Parts: sequence; C-alpha cells; structure tokens
Amino acid sequence: MSRNILEVRGLTKTFGALLASDGISLEVREGETHAIIGPNGAGKTTLIGQLAGEVRPDRGEVRFAGEDITALSAPARARKGLARSFQITSVYADFSALENVMLAVQAHAGSSFRFFRPAREEGALRSPARDLLDEVGLGARADTLAANLAHGEQRALEIAMALAGRPRLMLLDEPVAGMGAEETQRMIAFLSTLKGGKTIILVEHDMDAVFSLADRISVLVYGRIIATGTPQEIRANPEVRRAYLGEEVEA
Amino acid sequence: MSPRNRAIALALGLLLLAAVPPLAVLFNQPFYLDLVRRIMIFAIAAASLNLILGYGGMISFGHAAYLGIGGYAVGVLAHYGVHDGVVQWGLAIGASALVALAIGAVSIRTSGVYFIMITLAFTQMLYYLGISIQEFGGDDGMRLAAKSRFPGIDLNEGNTFYYLVLAVLVLVLFLGQRLVNSRFGMVIRAAKSNEARTRAIGFSAYPYRLAAFVIAGGVCGLAGALLVNHTAYLTPEFMNWTRSGELMFMVILGGMGSVAGPVLGAFALLVLEDLLSGWTQHWQIILGPLLVLSVLFFRRGLAGVFFRKHE
Repeated sequence: MSRNILEVRGLTKTFGALLASDGISLEVREGETHAIIGPNGAGKTTLIGQLAGEVRPDRGEVRFAGEDITALSAPARARKGLARSFQITSVYADFSALENVMLAVQAHAGSSFRFFRPAREEGALRSPARDLLDEVGLGARADTLAANLAHGEQRALEIAMALAGRPRLMLLDEPVAGMGAEETQRMIAFLSTLKGGKTIILVEHDMDAVFSLADRISVLVYGRIIATGTPQEIRANPEVRRAYLGEEVEA
Repeated sequence: MSPRNRAIALALGLLLLAAVPPLAVLFNQPFYLDLVRRIMIFAIAAASLNLILGYGGMISFGHAAYLGIGGYAVGVLAHYGVHDGVVQWGLAIGASALVALAIGAVSIRTSGVYFIMITLAFTQMLYYLGISIQEFGGDDGMRLAAKSRFPGIDLNEGNTFYYLVLAVLVLVLFLGQRLVNSRFGMVIRAAKSNEARTRAIGFSAYPYRLAAFVIAGGVCGLAGALLVNHTAYLTPEFMNWTRSGELMFMVILGGMGSVAGPVLGAFALLVLEDLLSGWTQHWQIILGPLLVLSVLFFRRGLAGVFFRKHE
C-alpha cells in the first residue's frame, strides 16, 4: 500500500448560490492514475482549479507530499512538482515547440533572472526539452511554431511541458478533448507509458481513456464525490450507474 | 528576412547614421545633425518602452515620466553647480529606476485599462510636480546651466555629442537584443503570450515584469539625460502625457516586439512631424489619420514591412 501524495479534506467552494465543491475529500496514492469523472456541471473544473492553485477554496485543505499547500499560489505549487495541462489547449502560440518546452524546463532549472546569455544556446535547457519532444512524438516538429501544430500535436506539447519539471503529480484536464479517434488512441498509449512512474490525476470525459488508464476512479456529482474505487467497483456501483454511467448506457 | 540580410540591413543603417555628420557638413545642412540626434534620443526612449510594451505586453501610458526624471536629474544638479556627467547621468538612471520601481510595484498588480490609467496618473502627478516647483522655473522650465561634462568628451561639440548618442543607442539596442532572448526575456515574453500557462509551469510574472519595468525606466532616464543636453533646456513638457503617447506611437508604428522597430518608429514619426509642420501649421490633422491608417494596415509595424519573418 503506497502512501498518499495528495490529500484533500473538506474542500468547499461556492460561487454565489452555486455550491461548486461541497466538502470534497480525496486521496491520491503515489504512482497511481486517479481519474475524476462526472457529468457536465459536476464541478470538475472548479476542483482542478483548487488543486492547481488558481481557485482559492472557501474551506478545506489540500496537502501535497505531506505539506499543506492550500495557501500556495499556482506557480509555487508548480515549482513543488504539481504540473498541469489545460482543458482548452494552452501553449505559447508564437514560440516554437522546442521553445515552449525549454521555457517549462527553465522554470525548474535555476534562476531566470539572467539577462545576457541567449536562453536558446543553453544546452541545459535545450537537450532535456529535445528529449521530451521526442518522448511525446514531436521530435520532428521542434522548430515549428506552436500555432502551426495540429490540435493533437498541441495537446502532446502540453503534456511535454507538464513533464518538463519532473513533476511528482500531473493534473491532466481532459487530455484527449477534441481529438480524433486515432489521435485519442495514440495519446492513451502514450499516457499508459507514464503509468506507474508518474502519479496522474486524470479528469476526462472520454470513458475509453478513463477505463483503460485509471487505477482508481472518483465520481464527482453536484460538487460531491459519491464514490471512489477501482474501475470494476465503479462500474458495479449502483449509485454511480444511476447518477452518471446509466445515462451513457441508455444513450 | 534571413539572419544574413538582417545583419546587412543593420550594418547599412548604422553606416547611414554614422555618415550623417559629414553629410550634413557636405550639404551645409547642420539642421539635420540636430534632427537625427533628437530622433536617436527618442529611439532610445522608445526602445526602453518597447521592452515592456512590445515584449512584456505592459501598456504603459506614462513612460515620459522617466524622460522627465532623467532630464530633471541633470538639470537640477547643473542648477546647483554639479556638472560631472557621470554623477548626473548616474542619478538620471538611478532616480528613474527607483521611481519605476515604486510606480511598477503598484501598477503591475493591475492589468488592462487599469494599468494604462495608473501609469498615466503617476506621470501626471510628476508633471504637475514639475510645474509647481518655481525654483526650477515652474511650467516655463529653465535653461540648462551647462552641458554634462565628461573627461575627454565635450558635448558642446555637435559631432561629438552626436556620436555619443549613436553609441548609446547602439549599446541599448545590443543589450536589449541580448535581454529579450535571455532567460529573463523569455519569461516576460511568455507572460505576455499566455499568463495562465506561465503560472502553470511555475513562473509568477510579477517580479519579472517589475524588473523589466525598472530596467525600462532606467534606460528611459538615460534618454532624458541626453534629451536635456540636446535641448539645453529643462521643462516639465518632457513629462507631458502627449509625450508618453508619442513614445507609444513610435513603438507601435515601428513594430512592437522587434528590436529595430522603435528606431524605425522614431524616425518615421519625427521626420513626418518635421516635414508636415514645415508645410502647414495644422500638420497634426494630417499626421493623426496617417497614424490611424498605419496602425490599421501595418499590424506588425514598419519592422514587419521591412523585416518579414523568414518562413
């Protein structure tokens, strides 16, 4: 039984009358791929925001690697090894693919208050960035502007950027959103190569991705986690079927 | 434009600037020495604004403040009999950087329209401060008692001063080029391009933006020290908000986020201003629409026209 890298206790967030997070408690074990699923409007985005540090919870705490990080900003959490990708592709459109990843490497490679030497000439940024691009299958696209990459390539670039800091926990917000079937399969195959080595929180609508990648699944409905368990347990859980999966089966 | 052609264009431009003093003598047009020197001083100021506006995405509508502080640093010291250029220019840079630190610390916490308004408001405060100090001539300003003195360099000698300004311009552009491609430069460009992503990879933009703001302030303070030596007259008009607007126009017209842009912008704006004002006293009626058209049709500025990105 491995220890928990992330522990969330009683996380509560309201927007006006809307209770977006209703006392969420969640434990993510070191090395597991933990999927969070739920119907639209369940509060997944708000939860991700609170885990990443962009949304401040009203109550509750987030502990990462044993440390209370509830009050830490998003950049501070990133530097501690909590990396994320975005639901809507978020890369530097006017930088090349390589520059995108180099910048992410730079964030974890010493001071950036260096004013004279061109960053692109730094081997210590360049070679890890090249390796990461190779790893996600973008090696041949290193010098292409991110804006000119295909959608699937941009999503892969995001993963490479998230990997750049050797994160202890990756927060992947719908990594296969908007992808074609073939691209989705390729991304699932790639993410499964990370399994075991990386701890991943996977927020995803695509059930193929969820059931082929997740070690455990938490189901979020109306801001509450109604069940956590292995994919088999979740499939069999009557409450989950009623609240969520049932809709899909009927559809 | 390939790097090779870019280098050739740069060398040609430099050669042209270096050739202005002998050509001015040859054609007996000393006025052009004066004009180009003034343009280069504004190019330095515009280049400093380009760092935060073009590369950092911070729309500062108060950059003339540092021209003023640089000018006052030199003028006030000269007023009290301190003529040493190193002290004067050192104070011009230091005081401008310090004021930029104070203004930046407050304004960079805001963004968008608020940032524009706050930077404008601070500069207006300094402008009215300048107007209200009678000791330094109030809104009339005062003559610069004497030009800054450097060992072995006489600024009263027109050509010497010209080449000094050219050297400062080249140095500022060179250091600027290094800066925007350094680690630091990559972070401020990244924060402009996509702030959410920049936070997510672990950079809080604030300290980097503030540092860029301070550097830009210091460099513009140096331009102010040059400007007051050029005009030999100190006036709060250095800090007028229209001056801030002109600097913004130079950057936008020349092409934001390009090192050569502000130089082209300064030349275009000031030469146009000079030509049109020699033609009619209502020159602003012509200049205004021209600027609007140029912004509409040259989105990437003059630098975008001359230095098209190599595909």
